[in-house]
Amino acid sequence: MVRIAQISCGTEYSGVQKEIVKAASTFGAEIIIPVTDIDHIEDAYKKFGFNCASSGIKLMIARAISIVEGKTDCDAVFIATCFRCAEGALVRNEIRRFIQQNTNLPVVTYSFTERTKADELFIRMEALSTVVARKNILAREKQEGLTLGVDSGSTTTKVVLMENNKVIGTGWLPTTDVLESATNGINEAMRGTGYTMDDIDGMGVTGYGRLTIGHKMNAELIQEELSVNSKGAVYLADSQKGEATVLDIGGMDNKVITVNNGIPDNFTMGGICAGASGRFLELTSRRLGVDITELGPLAVKGDYRCATLNSYCIVFGMQDLVTSLAAGSSKQDVAAASCRSVAEQVYEQQLQEIDVREPLIQVGGTSLIEGLVEAVSDVLGGINVIVPEYSQYIGAVGSALLVSGMGKRNEE
Amino acid sequence: MKIAMFPPNSLILEDLIERSGHEPLSLQNQIKQKVIDPEIDSPPFNMTEEDPIKGLKYAAIEVPSGVRGRMSLFGPLIDVAEAAIIMDESPFGFGCIGCARSNELSVFYLRKKGIPTLELKYPTNQDETRDVVNKITTFLKQLGGA
Repeated sequence: MVRIAQISCGTEYSGVQKEIVKAASTFGAEIIIPVTDIDHIEDAYKKFGFNCASSGIKLMIARAISIVEGKTDCDAVFIATCFRCAEGALVRNEIRRFIQQNTNLPVVTYSFTERTKADELFIRMEALSTVVARKNILAREKQEGLTLGVDSGSTTTKVVLMENNKVIGTGWLPTTDVLESATNGINEAMRGTGYTMDDIDGMGVTGYGRLTIGHKMNAELIQEELSVNSKGAVYLADSQKGEATVLDIGGMDNKVITVNNGIPDNFTMGGICAGASGRFLELTSRRLGVDITELGPLAVKGDYRCATLNSYCIVFGMQDLVTSLAAGSSKQDVAAASCRSVAEQVYEQQLQEIDVREPLIQVGGTSLIEGLVEAVSDVLGGINVIVPEYSQYIGAVGSALLVSGMGKRNEE
Repeated sequence: MKIAMFPPNSLILEDLIERSGHEPLSLQNQIKQKVIDPEIDSPPFNMTEEDPIKGLKYAAIEVPSGVRGRMSLFGPLIDVAEAAIIMDESPFGFGCIGCARSNELSVFYLRKKGIPTLELKYPTNQDETRDVVNKITTFLKQLGGA
C-alpha cells in the first residue's frame, strides 16, 4: 500500500480530515502522520528558519524535517493548509521546496475549505499513487515504437499517433458520443500513415471519457490528466528537468499544474465564470466576424487599453464588447482587450493560488491564440511563456509517450 | 462561576479552577461531546463541514475554515464565561490550539466581554511559577460564588 505522509494545519478543525483519508484510500493509499517529538518542534522550526506564529504551522515544519531526516517511512507527501491563511500558504510552499530538494518523494499541495470533498482530492491522490506505483512509466522521457494517445476532453477529442519520438498523425474533433468521437479521431490520426489499429504497440487514454474508451478499446494506460498533461507538456517543451508551470485555458475549464522534474506537485482547476475561458474568445471572434484562428494575430496588432473589457461574466463581457465596438474601438483593440480580460481573470482566479514557476508552458487549443499567450506573459510580469508544437494535443501526446514504456501489445 | 481559560485546553489551568470549586470551561469537554456523538463519524474530533459554518458567528466568511472551526468550539465557551484566566506565551505542552489567529481572536473576545480577567505571562522559573499559582488562586478566591 502506498503510504502518503500528511503535513497539514487545520484539517481536523475544518472537518476535512475524513475526506482526505477517503480520497487516499480510494486509490489504494494510506494516510500517515509523520512522527515528531513535542520537544523537537521548537528546535525544528528554528533550524528551518521560518519564524511563524502558529504552533500548528511549526508542527508542520517539524514533521517535514522528520520526513527529510528519514524518521518517517513514507512514499509520498500531501501538504495542506487552510485556504486564505497567508502563513499557511507561505510555509506550505517552503516545505514543499524543502522536501523536493532533500528527498525524491513526490509532493502534492492543497489549500482547503470546509467544503472540500474527497472527490476534489481524487485527482491529486491518484496522481500521487501513480507517481509512486508507476514511477517507471513517469520516468519515460522518450516515445518509442508506434503508440496511440487519446485525450477525451469535455469539448474536444484529441488523438495523436506517435512513432519513434515523432508525431506522425493527429485527429481533432468535437466530443459528442465519447466512443464515436474517439473512433473518428483515431481514424483521422491514422489517415495517410499506412497504419491501422492492428499495428500499434500500445494505446493510452486520458480526459473525462478515459474510462469508457479505455475499457472498450482495451487501452494499456488509462490515466488522469494531471500526470499525463504535465508529462506531455514538459516533453513537448523540452523542459523535463527542473521546475515548470503548465497552463491550459480550456473551452470550459482551466488547469494550472506546477511540475518538478516532470512530476506534478500542485494543481488548480476551475474558473468562476466562462468569462475566463476559451469559450469567451470563441464568442468574441464570432462577434468580430473573424475565425478563431485569426483572433490571435488580430489581438497582437491591437492595444487592450483602448477598449474596456473586464467583466467576470461571459454575458456582461459580450455587452462590454458590443459597447466598445459601438464607441468606435477597432477590431484589433477589442481582440486585444478580450485576450487581456481572459488572462487577467485566469491570473486573479487561479494563478494567484499557485506558486508559478518558470518556464510557463501554455497548452490546449487556446495556446494557439498568440494574443492570449502575450497577455498571459504580460499579466505575469513578462514571464517566459513557451507554446510547444502540438500544444493543443498535450494530453494525447502525454498518453502516447507514457504508454510506450509499457511494453508492446503485439508481443504479449 | 464558569471560568474560561486560555489556552482553552490547558490541563493545569483546568485543574486549578476545579480545585477552587469553580467550573472550568475547557475545550476537552467540548470535543468530548462531539467525539461521543454516535451520529457523527468524522475522526479525529468528529468535526464536519457544519462546524466552520457555525464559527461564522465569531469570524467572517473570508477567515480560513480552520479558524472558524476552532471558534465553533471555543466561541460558545466564551459566550457563557463569567470570568477568564489568560496565560500568555505558554509552550505547546501547557495547552495549544495550533493557530495564532484563533488565539488572537479568542483572547480579544475574552477581553471584549468585560468580565473579570486575569492575564499572566507563562512562568520561566520556580519563583515565577509560585507567583503565578498564587495570583490564580487569589483571583479565583476573590471571584467567590464557588
